Amino acid sequence: MGRQDFNLVEVERLWKVYHKTEKTLNLSDPEAVEKAEAAGAVIAVRDVSFQIKRGEVFVIMGLSGSGKSTLIRCLTRLIEPSAGVIRVAGKEVTSMDAEELTAFRRGEAAMVFQHYGLLPHRNVLENVAFGLKLRGLAHELREARAQEALRQVGLAGWEKKYPHQLSGGMQQRVGIARALVQDTDLLLMDEPFSGLDPLIRREMQDELIRLQKEWQKTIVFVTHDLGEALRLGDRMAVMGAGVFVQVGRPQDIVMHPTDEYVQRFVQDEQRIAQLLDKGRVSWVRSIEAHASARTGKVAAGR
Amino acid sequence: MFPSDIEFHVAPYISDFVKWITVAWEPFFTAFSNMVLGMLLQIEHLLVAIPWWLWIIAVTVIAWRQTHEVVKAIMPGLLLFTVGIFGFWGIAMETLGIVIVSVIISLLLGIPLGIAMAVSDRCNTMVTPILDAMQTMPSFVYLIPALMLFGLGKVPGVVATVIYALPPVVRLTNLGIRQVSSSVQEAALAFGATSWQLMKEVRIPLAMPSILAGINQTTMMALAMVVIASMIGAGGMGEVVLICTNRIDVGGGFEAGWAIVVLAIVIDRLTQGLVRRWDTPGG
Repeated sequence: MGRQDFNLVEVERLWKVYHKTEKTLNLSDPEAVEKAEAAGAVIAVRDVSFQIKRGEVFVIMGLSGSGKSTLIRCLTRLIEPSAGVIRVAGKEVTSMDAEELTAFRRGEAAMVFQHYGLLPHRNVLENVAFGLKLRGLAHELREARAQEALRQVGLAGWEKKYPHQLSGGMQQRVGIARALVQDTDLLLMDEPFSGLDPLIRREMQDELIRLQKEWQKTIVFVTHDLGEALRLGDRMAVMGAGVFVQVGRPQDIVMHPTDEYVQRFVQDEQRIAQLLDKGRVSWVRSIEAHASARTGKVAAGR
Repeated sequence: MFPSDIEFHVAPYISDFVKWITVAWEPFFTAFSNMVLGMLLQIEHLLVAIPWWLWIIAVTVIAWRQTHEVVKAIMPGLLLFTVGIFGFWGIAMETLGIVIVSVIISLLLGIPLGIAMAVSDRCNTMVTPILDAMQTMPSFVYLIPALMLFGLGKVPGVVATVIYALPPVVRLTNLGIRQVSSSVQEAALAFGATSWQLMKEVRIPLAMPSILAGINQTTMMALAMVVIASMIGAGGMGEVVLICTNRIDVGGGFEAGWAIVVLAIVIDRLTQGLVRRWDTPGG
């Protein structure tokens, strides 16, 4: 934890191609790729490389169909990448056999899903303890830990309820508790708050910021919402058509969008700022203030 | 007209094959026959050993616990009472015994087969036409070979019943497992579920309402077939119907038909209650 420059996640030249030629396609040959695309190949992730430092919140933002959900699933090989290398905590995920991969998913990366993915026939407590059950932990032990995780997300007293009895926001709290109880360094969140109404979404973001101050986890956060990216991200990548269009600190991306695609995301924020009649200068200042407050907090946490 | 000089018949070959298998595999079929017969006798003994009033009380209690409505709780017991009034109690238990054994065998074969079909697309494409054939083939057609292989009596009745009643539970197990939401499955995999854990903890439990509906269907079809199987000496209620038909005994036929319908209603209510009970906690 002490070394700030330690990369927990390293991704090198990751590709995901959906086509019958996926296995045989020579991805280092641009002409062959172009030909495959003409023949109907869909390239969801195209030659993406990045590193994520330990304790960093890395936001991947993009429109639907930009490949961001595919990318985050590639990290634990829920979707098998076509090519590239993924290393988490120095271990090469892309070369693991089935058994190693299962162990990796159980112990080193936990995931939160947009559609929660809770088991409808299990109550809240059993849902949170599910990952521990898969690991073969004893009943009492896993329930005690699940109980503690539920307390942390503010759901103490809801243990015996079933998912369908809970609101969307509360179901996602269960989803977060289920990931939290795994006690992993890496947390993958795939549009966790996209299905929630704006007020609840805001509340959940605050909750995540509060929890993150405690945990200091490494979070990969996928979203299509710029506001969310600005609030949560230490660093963000704007993704479009399978590539990282721009990577950097959120405030840098807002202030200096490198191309028209990024500009399209950013202009909404600018319009809101104009509507609020704050003008560009104060708006930029508020973002910078927000960002420095965040980095200040993180630095204080270390 | 279709030219008769290119007509070709497989009938003699099939007949020869069945004749051959009857002789060559005789020890196997005898052993199987004895096993099924032993199981049947045990279950029949048990069913008859339970006094009639206890049956009615048990059925009423179960119906009450499932519905919590007075009328719906009393009806099955009352209907069962009429079976005894018509003098069919023992014969009805005999029928019930064959149904239970047939259903047990159907489930032992059908649920694993349904799971295999859900897991493997190849298995699915191979088994589906066989299931279609089992469901559309007139049951009299396989009554004859069943008769040759196992002789007269209850065992060929059970075999024919299994053939007839097996498809629904296979299909609905397969369908239920395939319909389990992919987002729940993905979450389980993300937390490190092995394929066995995924099946045991997620897919089968979530498919349970569908599987139970399949068990209900299989049971109802088994009851329908057991009546037909009386033509090869399976006994039970179907035999009464058969005798009444031969004698053109309309009244007797009605009584026997009534008793069969009552059995069907009671079995259906009890097994459907099972489906509902499973449905409620998960929502």
